[in-house]
Amino acid sequence: MPPFLELHDLDITYPPRKVIRELSLQMNCTGIGCLLGPSGCGKTTLLRAIAGFEPLRRGSIRLEGVKLSRPGWTLPPEQRQIGMMFQDLALFPHLTVTDNIAFSLRRWKTAERRARVSELLRLVGLEEYARRHPHQISGGQQQRVALARALAPRPRLLLLDEPFSSLDVALREDLAREVRTILLREGTGGLLVSHDQFEAFAFADEIGVLDEGRLRQWDSAYNLYHQPADRFVASFIGQGILLPGRIGENGRANTELGDIEGTPPGGCVAGDDVEILVRPDDVIHDDASPLKAEVAERAFRGAEFLYTLKLPSGARLLCLAPSHHNHPPGRRIGIRLDIDHVVMFRRNWSVRCVESPPVPAS
Amino acid sequence: MTGKWEFWPRAAQTDRWTLLVAGVALLLALPVCTVFFTALQPASEVWQHLVDTVLADYVLNSIVLMLGVGLGTLLIGVPAAWLTGVCEFPGRRWFEWALLLPMAIPAYIIAYTYTGLLDFAGPVQSMLRETFGWSRQDYTFPEIRSLPGAVLMLALVLYPYVYLLARTAFLEQSAAVLEVSRSLGAGPWRRFLTVTLPLARPALIAGMSLVQMEALADYGTVQYFGISTFTTGIFRVWFGMNDATAAAQLAALLLLFVFTLLVLERLSRQQARFHHTGQRTQRPPRLRLPGRLKWLAAGACIVPLLFGFLIPAGQLAAWTWRTAPQVIDGRFLELARHSLLLAGGSALLILLLALLLGYGQRLRPRPSVRLAVRGAGLGYAVPGTVLAIGVMLPFAAIDRTVDGWAREWLGLSTGLLLSGTLFALLFAYSARFLPVALHSVEAGLTRIRPSMDDAARVLGAKPREVLWRVHIPILRGSLLTALLLVFVDVLKELPATLILRPFNFSTLAVRTYELASDERLADSASFALAIVLAGIGPVILLSRAISRERPGHAPLS
Repeated sequence: MPPFLELHDLDITYPPRKVIRELSLQMNCTGIGCLLGPSGCGKTTLLRAIAGFEPLRRGSIRLEGVKLSRPGWTLPPEQRQIGMMFQDLALFPHLTVTDNIAFSLRRWKTAERRARVSELLRLVGLEEYARRHPHQISGGQQQRVALARALAPRPRLLLLDEPFSSLDVALREDLAREVRTILLREGTGGLLVSHDQFEAFAFADEIGVLDEGRLRQWDSAYNLYHQPADRFVASFIGQGILLPGRIGENGRANTELGDIEGTPPGGCVAGDDVEILVRPDDVIHDDASPLKAEVAERAFRGAEFLYTLKLPSGARLLCLAPSHHNHPPGRRIGIRLDIDHVVMFRRNWSVRCVESPPVPAS
Repeated sequence: MTGKWEFWPRAAQTDRWTLLVAGVALLLALPVCTVFFTALQPASEVWQHLVDTVLADYVLNSIVLMLGVGLGTLLIGVPAAWLTGVCEFPGRRWFEWALLLPMAIPAYIIAYTYTGLLDFAGPVQSMLRETFGWSRQDYTFPEIRSLPGAVLMLALVLYPYVYLLARTAFLEQSAAVLEVSRSLGAGPWRRFLTVTLPLARPALIAGMSLVQMEALADYGTVQYFGISTFTTGIFRVWFGMNDATAAAQLAALLLLFVFTLLVLERLSRQQARFHHTGQRTQRPPRLRLPGRLKWLAAGACIVPLLFGFLIPAGQLAAWTWRTAPQVIDGRFLELARHSLLLAGGSALLILLLALLLGYGQRLRPRPSVRLAVRGAGLGYAVPGTVLAIGVMLPFAAIDRTVDGWAREWLGLSTGLLLSGTLFALLFAYSARFLPVALHSVEAGLTRIRPSMDDAARVLGAKPREVLWRVHIPILRGSLLTALLLVFVDVLKELPATLILRPFNFSTLAVRTYELASDERLADSASFALAIVLAGIGPVILLSRAISRERPGHAPLS
């Protein structure tokens, strides 16, 4: 069985710039995915290419095994059975909520069309607003209309171009989760574009991290956090610092905080310099520990404190501590490391440079 | 090696729209091209004579006219648009539409009227003499039949173009932008200068460039006032000296001016692509003008109305009252019918073409399409006289060819198929007035965010359907405006109609011109007033639309 969505070796250019380079990914059929990356990384371009608005320079796009795009040929967007939700929603201002939703159902029989529209209105909870115009309803309701409109023709895949970015953070995750539920119920695949990792985590089963037109990693949220493929993913997902160390004769990484057991990056031999990813939850505050670090900054997070600690060498660490452990900056506190998944990178001069190719989804 | 052949399907798919747009654009550019080709022929003695004598006058007078009218319409149109669009003062609702009235009066008619009003025997000077007991030698009176006079006449009737576009731009600015600038501590005056005006700049520049092209193309006023500009020069060279080449060369020079104007306009518009970004356009509350200011505002609005419409229309009415019994007969009604049908039909045709070009350009925003559309837009700049000849020459050539072919193969004569028919007239109007409609359509289209098209496409609509189901309904206001502007323009049009009309076919405008040229100003008033009245109809239609503006809808443009 072919993968649900397959992007193979894509190049997309806005001459003279390459916006997407050599990008490949496969999404499985139950999966609901997300493309995550900083602004300008090319994620929206990629989404528009999948929708059929951008021609390919190289590679191909397939949906359920059927080729949709290749260089020199692009199936028009209206023939793809792919839905899309836009960042600005793009509701038609001259049509009521009902007519917006029914826009794509013109060739349906009247009874079926009515049934589908009321089904969708029920699904998104907007039955009372059917006759309103878009400017007469709230922003959140407009989001729902846009969703219902996109789902109306039963697309095989729904693309979402940061449609929640105008909402506040709390509402954003809620709505992302809700849309996920609706997509699963409708049996429609979903691909979200976002720069907000929490929105991505709430929405997607599989997440791709994009940077400068390249796919860095395509994986589950858990793996992105705990087994980042490279420095970019490590720094983009979650918080953490890279602690310098050196591979010792015993194969362990020798650091300021002691020896750390882990798999050194490929090709590393004793004596090579490495960096170890240390997340805030890897650093345990323990008064009994002989290891001491000075509190440089402290941020109250409610249930916990996020401490920025300074080591004697000047290196910094992040540490999450329960909020009854209240220490002022300048105080030296005891810590110990408890790293579940040790992630090591070879240290090189340029911090953001990655020499290893992106690792495809396992 | 698949690459080379795989480009074909895509090319075929995109070329349909490109070809359509390019075909229409080329056809409409035919008259201009004819003029340019004719101009490329070697300079004649007449041309050398022109260069030695009057050419400098033509250039200078045309530049003064263009700049003066542009400035004048901005000075009248922008304050009026800001006051009625943003402020609240006594009579504001009434002024909103009344300020459009001068556009019902063609420049040549207002020129005839003020000449009648202000000349030695006219009511103004007569009253002055009576009041003060002066005789002819005792005073000097400014001569209206002069270059400043022409600037004033044109500005008085052309400012509504700037007013309309500026008003829409002011109205559509969202409350949020103004509130942000207010929160940043900007007072009303600074807000106007730093936010309102710059945001409205594309509309202002569009309006002014429209007006300046009108000024350069004016024939009736400058001819009547005896001012040497390009258009009168072209007429003189063509019909006086009988030299088509030299006339075309003059016209080509004029086109360079206009082309510069167009490039400037395009560049500034490209720099400022203002889309609506807010999800809801909330209109800011109107600025309530305090005490004396509100009367000052009302006064500022009544001045252009008074001089641009009430006084000239009143004079026309007075003349008509006197001469109507002799002038109005069956012939008069026939001319009126001709004018209405011609203007209505042309307006519809031109709107259709403008939509085709505007939307084609949106679908294929590539340089070649843009160039083609710009080419079609040049017609507005071409004085009606020259445009008419640009239509006449190729049509006559086609007629001759077809006739010769038919004689040879079928043994019969087809005679005049194109030239001297209504088709030739419609074609000339399309070439000339398409840019008016195109301006409106394009300005409207830029305000529809591109995501709207994309949304309709992923919902299964073909490009044609997107135009029909999304753009046209949203653009209703813009389209109505375009229709109105073109209708009024065709009704007023003089030189092209003079030259291209079929034998024995006349319009109100032509008759007005003929009578005024015979110094029968009072007799011409009935025909002029009919043109003005017909022009008021659409103004009222437009004013209704203004007051009916529904919240959230793009009101008008």
